[in-house]
Amino acid sequence: MSSKNTTKQSSVALFKQSYTESRRRFLRQSGAATFSGAAIAMLSGFGSQTAYAGQSMEALEQDIRVLNTAIGAEHEAVAAYQLGAESGLLSPGVLNVAVQFQGHHKEHIDALSAAVTGLGGEPVAAKMDYQFPVEKLKAEADVLHFAAGLERGAVSAYAGAIPVFDNRDLSAAAASILADEAMHWAILRNALGLDAVPGAFFS
Amino acid sequence: MKNDLDRGFQHHFLMQVLLILLLLSASMLSIQSSAAATDMNSVAAFKAEGDPVNGEQLYERCIGCHSLDRNRTGPKHCGLFSRKAGTVEGYQYSKAMSESAIVWDEQSLDNFSQAPLSAVPGTTMGFSGIKDKQDRDDLIAYLKQTSLSEACRQQY
Repeated sequence: MSSKNTTKQSSVALFKQSYTESRRRFLRQSGAATFSGAAIAMLSGFGSQTAYAGQSMEALEQDIRVLNTAIGAEHEAVAAYQLGAESGLLSPGVLNVAVQFQGHHKEHIDALSAAVTGLGGEPVAAKMDYQFPVEKLKAEADVLHFAAGLERGAVSAYAGAIPVFDNRDLSAAAASILADEAMHWAILRNALGLDAVPGAFFS
Repeated sequence: MKNDLDRGFQHHFLMQVLLILLLLSASMLSIQSSAAATDMNSVAAFKAEGDPVNGEQLYERCIGCHSLDRNRTGPKHCGLFSRKAGTVEGYQYSKAMSESAIVWDEQSLDNFSQAPLSAVPGTTMGFSGIKDKQDRDDLIAYLKQTSLSEACRQQY
């Protein structure tokens, strides 16, 4: 077995261990767990068709489409962090952060999916495979740049989605997720030695 | 004799003043006309061409869902110009986009990117749109330049 493969397997094992520890830590942190539960409750609780009483079916269907587009992007983010975690390129500290961020994206999927289900829709599933620019990922910084680009794009995607929800509660939930994506982006930029918050406004 | 000389001088002086005034008027008209033409050219250039360099920076907003060379949450952008909407192989479009008669060019991209959900009701692009005209021009200029590049041609 080559040393490269050994390193990769060690990294995967570390990823799994780190992920388990991350989940345990997450569950120990009652505040975070409460927030997570509240976020899902917020999205699933109001997410009933009664919120659209007097509205056209098109308003309901559009909200479901927008939610599903967000879920699709979140699935891709989870897969991207998995790719980074399994790349063997991340140092333990960075790997831990990547796993934490991946966990956030999984929570976004849970919350958004609960909303879609509550509205009578069907949440989109993850794709069988994703096309990532693996040929460009040769060092830890490449992975960080790649992840930072996705997070920056996610900020814009949610900023563009917030105004189009017919249901204002969905807009509020999307804003909550946007804040999380923005923090991811800032942390990744900081890790790259870039200005963590390069401006006052983003769209 | 002196009066004749005075009248001749006065006539000559008046003719010179008139000539100068005519030349000045013509000059002013020429300057105004030139300025107007320059303004018209600038407007035409502004409408026809955005700034692709700024457009590349703006494209960072798109990469949460799009890529030039890969289908992601949204379809890839390589080969976008002159392509009929809803026809990228391997990408699953909404019924609304598949059935639209749109062919992507500056005008249709400007219209769609300003308000996607109004331009194609039923699209899965749940995005409010780019409201700034200059931003749209810049982004479209970048997409036109890049999506038709040689590197991109190998992707479609």
